[in-house]
Amino acid sequence: MIEIKNITKSFKDKKVLHGISGKFEKGKTNLIIGASGTGKSVLLKCLVGLLSPDKGKVLFDGRNFTESDKKITTQIRREIGMLFQGSALFDSKNVEENIKFPLDILTEISEKEKIEKVNHCLNLVGLDKVNQKMPSELSGGMKKRVGIARAIVNDSKYLFCDEPNSGLDPLTAIKIDDLILELTQKLKTTTIVVTHDMNSVIEIGEYIMFLHNGKKLWEGDNKKILKTKIKELNSFIFSNKLMKKIK
Amino acid sequence: MKNFGKYILFLISLFERREKLKTYFSLTINECIKIGYDSLFIVSIVSIFMGAVTTIQTAFNLVGPLIPDYVISLVVRDMTLLELSPTIIAIVFAGKVGSNIAGELGTMRITEQIDALEVMGVNSSSYLVLPKIIAALLMFPILVVISATLAIFGGYTAGVFTDVITGQEYIYGLRYEFNPFNIPFALIKSYVFAFIVASISSFQGYYTSGGALEVGKSSTNAVTNSCIAILVADYILAQILL
Ligand SMILES: Nc1ncnc2c1ncn2[C@@H]1O[C@H](COP(=O)(O)OP(=O)(O)O)[C@@H](O)[C@H]1O
Ligand SMILES: [Mg+2]
Repeated sequence: MIEIKNITKSFKDKKVLHGISGKFEKGKTNLIIGASGTGKSVLLKCLVGLLSPDKGKVLFDGRNFTESDKKITTQIRREIGMLFQGSALFDSKNVEENIKFPLDILTEISEKEKIEKVNHCLNLVGLDKVNQKMPSELSGGMKKRVGIARAIVNDSKYLFCDEPNSGLDPLTAIKIDDLILELTQKLKTTTIVVTHDMNSVIEIGEYIMFLHNGKKLWEGDNKKILKTKIKELNSFIFSNKLMKKIK
Repeated sequence: MKNFGKYILFLISLFERREKLKTYFSLTINECIKIGYDSLFIVSIVSIFMGAVTTIQTAFNLVGPLIPDYVISLVVRDMTLLELSPTIIAIVFAGKVGSNIAGELGTMRITEQIDALEVMGVNSSSYLVLPKIIAALLMFPILVVISATLAIFGGYTAGVFTDVITGQEYIYGLRYEFNPFNIPFALIKSYVFAFIVASISSFQGYYTSGGALEVGKSSTNAVTNSCIAILVADYILAQILL
């Protein structure tokens, strides 16, 4: 479980996050949703330690990530896996080397074990026979799968995904969502997904936090969200015609 | 000035939280190939022509019955060692390797590959930049030595080919009143220039933000800033060491 308390972050004089708190449970897909520019990525970066919040705490199963000594933060880092918006695969490495990379850096296991783990993860994300391919030879959806495989290869307890659907066609997007949901349940990870895709919200939103201008305006699940009375959330949900019709 | 401070902090950050030495070893070998071996062609071409042109121009400007022909190769030798090989090749190096480093790091930054390294707990600046700087320090002096050799050889060929000097006199001039300190001087310069190009270009690339356009700008800035720094350092080193 990941708990955040009163996370505040400013850039120069611009306040981006205004004291955000919440709980993201284990084995669930937790969504952070909101329009572009509301600070979702900044919040995610504060969570994984790419940015340090000005105020507030991030607790990974009770361990304070923001203030603890180096030993604990290093340990937490080892348990974090992240899928980036553009997949962020290393251009100069092939698929196998990309997925193996966290093991090279973080573990002391033998080369043979590493390759076994890589193949196991490739299997989990539904890819095979791509070990020797370079990232430039992969389609967008395959890149995301490789990105996910890299994020979970070191038995990550916490999985973070920034806009896993961006740049994908609707069908592939749903497949990636399903994969994230399936892996979360299978591997019992605490998964946090940043998205503005309503499809994902309905499909995999077991816990949803809605951000608007850097504030948390609503939290709940995908059953409650369609009945909300909050104006900002409503206009976010029903911004496209299809959703209006469904309503 | 603010950027200079940031640059110094960047250099310090390279030595914090390093990875296993083994990791750096293979990275450095890779960089040596990219930085050194891949620059060999352009450095050779530039050097041969540099030597040839210097020979012909010196010959052209030194006509007169009182001046012996071997002065030509003496001038070529000193110019090559003191200035042309270290400095001109450093500028070529900035254009080729500097822009490449900044482009590579800039792309890694905007495609979040650097963030991906950081999330895994890797000190990305040290992991990515230190091997480049070490490789530049290892390879650039070698390139300068090769360059000087080829320039002098280019001068010989051009001189003999166009009949401005005989081969014997050219060799005599090369050996005439040779100041051995010129060689360590050239090497000191090449270490300094290698460090300047690799570190400034890395700095520019590492702190890219935005999109593809900014990556292009970082590459350009890497080359211009490296060139300016090379010329300033060239002047300072000449003041101190000569
Ligand atoms: N490194 C940064 N420096 C300054 N401002 C930033 C930085 N990162 C993000 N911002 C600002 O924070 C706001 C939220 O950005 P972001 O979290 O990326 O939005 P999104 O919800 O679309 O992911 C934006 O207005 C952006 O301009
Ligand atoms: Mg974002």
